[in-house]
Amino acid sequence: MKCPRCPVAFCQSPWGSVVIVAKYICSILFAVIVRSRVRSYHTELQRCRPEAALVEFGDYHPLKPIMVTDTKTRRGARKGSTSSSSSSSSSVPPDPLSSMLDGTDPLSMFAAASATEAPAMSHSGSAAKRREKEEEAVGQDFELWSSKRGEILARFTTTERLSINLFMGSDQGSNPRSDASRTDSFLCICVRVQGSQKELLNLSQQDYANRIEELNQSLKEAWASDQKVKALKIVIQCSKLLSDTSVIQFYPSKFVLITDILDTFGRLVYDRIWTMCSDPRPLPDSFTVDDVNDTAKETCLNWFFKIASIRELLPRLYLFPTAQICLKKKKNRYSGDAPSLTAMIRGIGDPLVAAYARAYLCRPLLTEMMERCKKLGNNALLLNSVMRAFRPEFVAARATDFIGMIKESDEAGFPKHLLFGSLGRSLTCADPPESERLTILNEAWKVVTKVRSPQDYINCAEIWVEFTCRHFSKREINTVLADIIKHMTPDRAFEDAYPQLQSVIGKVLAYFHDFSVLFSMERFLPFLDMFQKDSVRVEVCRSIMEIFIRHQKEPTRDPVILNAMLHICKTMHDSVNALTLEDEKRSLALLIIGFIRMVSFGRDFEQQLSFCVEARATFCNLEPVLVQLIHACAAYSFITIPSLSSILSRLSLYLLSGQVALANQCLSQADAFLNTAVSLLPEVPRSISVEGKLRSSESFLLDFINNFLATLLVVPDHPEHGVLYLVRDLLNKVQNYTWEDNSDAKVRVFISALPLLAAMSQETFHYSIPKEGFYVMDSNETLYGGDPKFLSEINKLCETLIGQILDNLKALSRDESTRRQGALAFSLLGVLLAHGDLRNQKLSQLVVNLWNLSHKHGCCDTRVSVRTLEYIKHQAQQADMAHLSDTVQRLALQSRT
Amino acid sequence: MSVTLDIRLKRANKVYHEGESVAGVVLLVCKEAVQHHGITLNMEGLVNLQLSSKSVGVFEAFYNSVKPIQLISSNVEVAKAGKIPAGKTEIPFEFPLSTKGNKVLYETYHGVFVNIQVTDLPVSSPQYTLRCDMKRPLLAKDLSRNCEFIVHSQPQKAKVVPTPVNFTITPATLQNTRERSLLPKFLVRGHLDATSCVISRPLSGELVVENSEVPIKSIELQLVRVETCGCAEGYARDATEIQNIQIAEGDVCHGLPIPVYMVFPRLFTCPTLETTNFKVEFEVNVVIVLHDDHLITENFPLKLCRV
Repeated sequence: MKCPRCPVAFCQSPWGSVVIVAKYICSILFAVIVRSRVRSYHTELQRCRPEAALVEFGDYHPLKPIMVTDTKTRRGARKGSTSSSSSSSSSVPPDPLSSMLDGTDPLSMFAAASATEAPAMSHSGSAAKRREKEEEAVGQDFELWSSKRGEILARFTTTERLSINLFMGSDQGSNPRSDASRTDSFLCICVRVQGSQKELLNLSQQDYANRIEELNQSLKEAWASDQKVKALKIVIQCSKLLSDTSVIQFYPSKFVLITDILDTFGRLVYDRIWTMCSDPRPLPDSFTVDDVNDTAKETCLNWFFKIASIRELLPRLYLFPTAQICLKKKKNRYSGDAPSLTAMIRGIGDPLVAAYARAYLCRPLLTEMMERCKKLGNNALLLNSVMRAFRPEFVAARATDFIGMIKESDEAGFPKHLLFGSLGRSLTCADPPESERLTILNEAWKVVTKVRSPQDYINCAEIWVEFTCRHFSKREINTVLADIIKHMTPDRAFEDAYPQLQSVIGKVLAYFHDFSVLFSMERFLPFLDMFQKDSVRVEVCRSIMEIFIRHQKEPTRDPVILNAMLHICKTMHDSVNALTLEDEKRSLALLIIGFIRMVSFGRDFEQQLSFCVEARATFCNLEPVLVQLIHACAAYSFITIPSLSSILSRLSLYLLSGQVALANQCLSQADAFLNTAVSLLPEVPRSISVEGKLRSSESFLLDFINNFLATLLVVPDHPEHGVLYLVRDLLNKVQNYTWEDNSDAKVRVFISALPLLAAMSQETFHYSIPKEGFYVMDSNETLYGGDPKFLSEINKLCETLIGQILDNLKALSRDESTRRQGALAFSLLGVLLAHGDLRNQKLSQLVVNLWNLSHKHGCCDTRVSVRTLEYIKHQAQQADMAHLSDTVQRLALQSRT
Repeated sequence: MSVTLDIRLKRANKVYHEGESVAGVVLLVCKEAVQHHGITLNMEGLVNLQLSSKSVGVFEAFYNSVKPIQLISSNVEVAKAGKIPAGKTEIPFEFPLSTKGNKVLYETYHGVFVNIQVTDLPVSSPQYTLRCDMKRPLLAKDLSRNCEFIVHSQPQKAKVVPTPVNFTITPATLQNTRERSLLPKFLVRGHLDATSCVISRPLSGELVVENSEVPIKSIELQLVRVETCGCAEGYARDATEIQNIQIAEGDVCHGLPIPVYMVFPRLFTCPTLETTNFKVEFEVNVVIVLHDDHLITENFPLKLCRV
């Protein structure tokens, strides 16, 4: 609490000597120890009311301009250690003036503040959005294998016991070398003698999965230890398991587990061949047969022959993709002759096994399948499945082909708009070749726009909007939006399609972040007009605002944006009613505030202000928005005030703005205002011209300072500055100010500072900043909580002040100024009587001395003296004021004679 | 004092044709210098005709004809006696692959292994090997290394025109059945694209199960070699299975064509070969196994060639 700054300030200023002199005087004359007495303003006020007239100090009471009676304690906003610039909690938008002291233009700070704040504000929204976007990207029907895999494993479970039938060890299945040595006659082919048949029975599902995983591991181990044939055998045995459909509900899971092994094997083979190819130098991306070295070719061929000679159909088929890798590497004469795999799968009798084998094998054979689809023709349903299930990249690359096929397909079997929907979904995930994009859009939209049923239409259009947004400019989107409006307006069809329309808006927003472009689309606002259900409307506005806040980095003054955004914000604001939840209100307010912050007219303050006025009129129901507007106005004032030529108006405006800012919880702004006002003080000229006549500025200055002091009571100390730094600052400025000769103004200021200090030493302040909504601003009373150190700081300050005053009084003891001396002594007396604790002997003595001094030259008003005495007597009758009667005894009323 | 000896051929696939040269290096790796008495390289091509213990009695008569037939043989000294320096030493070599007189270099073909004594029949197998020998002074074992290389016979000049072979299998077409009336009814149709096949191309065709009373268990392609050994006095002929490829498993969909597809394995097949002393021929059996374990086989002789 020890102020780090004030000792320096005091010692360097002339006050340093003042302190010493004052102390000297005190010790000789009065030995003053100033101590304010404890007061209860509340009870006092009650007491004073009927006889308020009785209290008459003759001096301007510094604490009067703000009359606030609510003195309830406040806690919260401003605790000692938080700095005011960073104390704004996350729910409160940061003060635009918070960095005022840095000297930056507060309006430009708007931008910076919102840039950091915006992501935080829209955070929850953005997370949801992101998730949504991911879902959109993948499409509702298209699932990635990794997710599908987990789903299958979770879904197809069994409690039945399973068995694994493995023929390992000296198996004779795949090796022609051992086939050659077989003893059995070639006529009894089917009776196969197995070397070591291992059958594991009675396995639970978990055991089974573990066992498969073990196999997977041993496959990798075998491969790593260069036992390639053993690895192949493991894979063959595993794929054989797929022919067993005995526990049918577990089959899909089994399929997943085993294809994992197959994939592992394929990868191993591929990697091996690849590394062989890369020796001695890595292959270029598009390599030809000639680039591949002979060893690699030979290895490929070897693998191919091994796989081709596998006896059983199923393992051979399942390993075919691996063989194909090998063939691809070595563009081999065998590759051309391979019959289509799909045909070979016909050899599998069990339909289930066949279907799954087909599913697995078709993965690398998309092109082939597509060709077949083309040949089949008129099979729209198949086409649809192809587009939905294939990788989007694949579909996208052949989008033009697909469009051709869709056009030729038979409308009767499967509606075309569904086909285009599927195609569009794929195209949202992957990009078709650039040159084809416009044709694709044109072709697709030609069909989409002909769809009659609004529901079908919007379902399809919604999908294509994304494609349009991705690749085209606002012109195309505008056209699309116009088309949607045209389709959805008749018979209020839009009423049934809000989710789709919302998603259209969402997609447009996801791709267009430049709002000047967005709003310059003629059809955008008319599109918004289709949202006629209140809740949906607000929802849409809200999403627009979120995007705006997130992406609008530069403050704007674009009238198009402003108008549109005001319209949108008004929609949101107007949705607030008595039933709106607090939370809802707050989030709406945050969005609107975000918008207001983004509006800047640069140096054109008039327009800025008129915008604020308009905004105030529009958003009167949301308190936080109003606070924001006041912030904006405060910023406006802060910038505008320096442009005024009259220094006095500047001063009073600073003070006024500071008071307004305080009243509206804008602490840092208030700080800035008051600081500036104080620093402006020395510049006030001694005389000013009023209505053409030169007048002294003194009376104005006194008024101003008194008013200022009264305000200071409620201004909490800045944690980075010392205790009561504003008060000290002000007094230093007053001390250094070149007052007019023969003026008591300085002393008067000091005298009027005493009541402030007295008021500050109270446990509860006489008045405080009014509470507003959730926002509470604490004054020093709560911040320091009557800390003894704080009180002693105040006492020290009082001591210095009184010393200074007495010093000045002494200087006035010459004849011509005795009158002034008397008047000043009397006003100090008044202050001490009202605020000092007269139980203190020295203070009481001081009072008597002052009384005597003021009456010494007989120049004081007797009536005032009488009334003062009456007041003291009256006070003395109070319970704890008995000590006053002693003092009264010593105050002799001088007769007029 | 360890030294390793290896033969590395230039061609990764080790396939050579008559008239070409077999080139490569003899690779020696040792930690310190090694003394030796000369390194020789020997190339040899042999047809081994093997007699099984069972048939020895029968074939004693034409004893001569089962002696290995030498196709090619040459010997070269790659290094004179001396020292091999420590580290890796590569000595290049080259052999012209040409025959003396009117001998023909048959294509490499692996029949039944020599060390397996269970076959009842003689088997022919032309094989070509390179053997590298390093003679070493006393107290150190001589080192030897074998390396097989493959000879492909010259492509056949005449063009092979594939002629499809259709087949229909019903109970009526079967021979060698004991009681035709007990057989279940079935009809399997199909075709092979050709029976004179190019060895580097797969055997292909289609097969349709039109109907079958008893569910089908499996349909397989069995590749069989027919090896004949003999001379003017007599001969022995037998067929053994090379590989068996399943083309259908379980009761397949009736009326839907199933592809017949089989890749001829390397080494174990060669162009059909007919010489005075031995013959190597190939056949394919389409084997249909019914659920009641009835076995139906249709045999197709093949003529393999290289183009």
